[in-house]
Amino acid sequence: MINSKNKNDIILVVTVILLALIALIFFWFFTDEGSYVVISIDGAEVSRYPLNENFKTDIVSQDGKVNTLVIDSGKAYISYAECPDKICVAHRKISREGETIVCLPHKLVIGIDDK
Amino acid sequence: MGKAKASVAKIGILTALALVLSYVEILIPPIITIVPGIKMGLPNIVIVTVLYCFGVKFAFLISIVRVILVSLLFGNTITFFYSAAGAFLSLLVMYLLKRLDKFSCVGVSVAGGVTHNLGQIIVAVLLLKTIEIGYYMIILSITGTIAGVLVGLASAYLAKRIKKIDL
Repeated sequence: MINSKNKNDIILVVTVILLALIALIFFWFFTDEGSYVVISIDGAEVSRYPLNENFKTDIVSQDGKVNTLVIDSGKAYISYAECPDKICVAHRKISREGETIVCLPHKLVIGIDDK
Repeated sequence: MGKAKASVAKIGILTALALVLSYVEILIPPIITIVPGIKMGLPNIVIVTVLYCFGVKFAFLISIVRVILVSLLFGNTITFFYSAAGAFLSLLVMYLLKRLDKFSCVGVSVAGGVTHNLGQIIVAVLLLKTIEIGYYMIILSITGTIAGVLVGLASAYLAKRIKKIDL
């Protein structure tokens, strides 16, 4: 039973998916592998490490909780965290400008920048 | 578009159902690790069904209670803002689209799914003052759409039957 409402539904779904795919293509086209890993707590930059040097450090957030940042083979990720959901640990490794790993309970953002 | 009659008992049961679905969702391990924390939106089946059967006021009521209880039981204050933004933005958009009467339940639910994620991303961007978090919307629009379709189909199915039995 395809009526006009269902047609509008299909238009909506196709439009959203198309927009998302176009945005994805733009993202892949206009960004590059980044050079620096930027650590921000509560919106303020705390430190910055080069992406091309293997590195491991513990980041202590405002309430004393720890996230462990690992930079390895040009990618950054979180290997350990004391937050309740551990979403940041499960996140895939990031390396492109604009990509982020967020630990919301700790107000921590790991981002990639090019300078 | 007739409505069913609401009662404290019915709305209470539906609220409890929405709560249980929220909890079940938390238990299910993340399937897609592109963006961990992607959820299927199971409680929205209740919200959308209630929107179509009992009206937006009851959908809003169940939403508020669910958001408060879930963040009290399973989350923290940040969870509350995050959750509330997603739930209320999506309910507002769904209500407006439903009134527009140009989309079926599935279309309304798709819009709800996408805006639910959008609300959460907006709060994350504001709280963490990092605009790059917005990039997550690329994948979240797609998962929100898929979830919206499934939730919409389930809700349409339920709403039809609830109205028929005149529960």
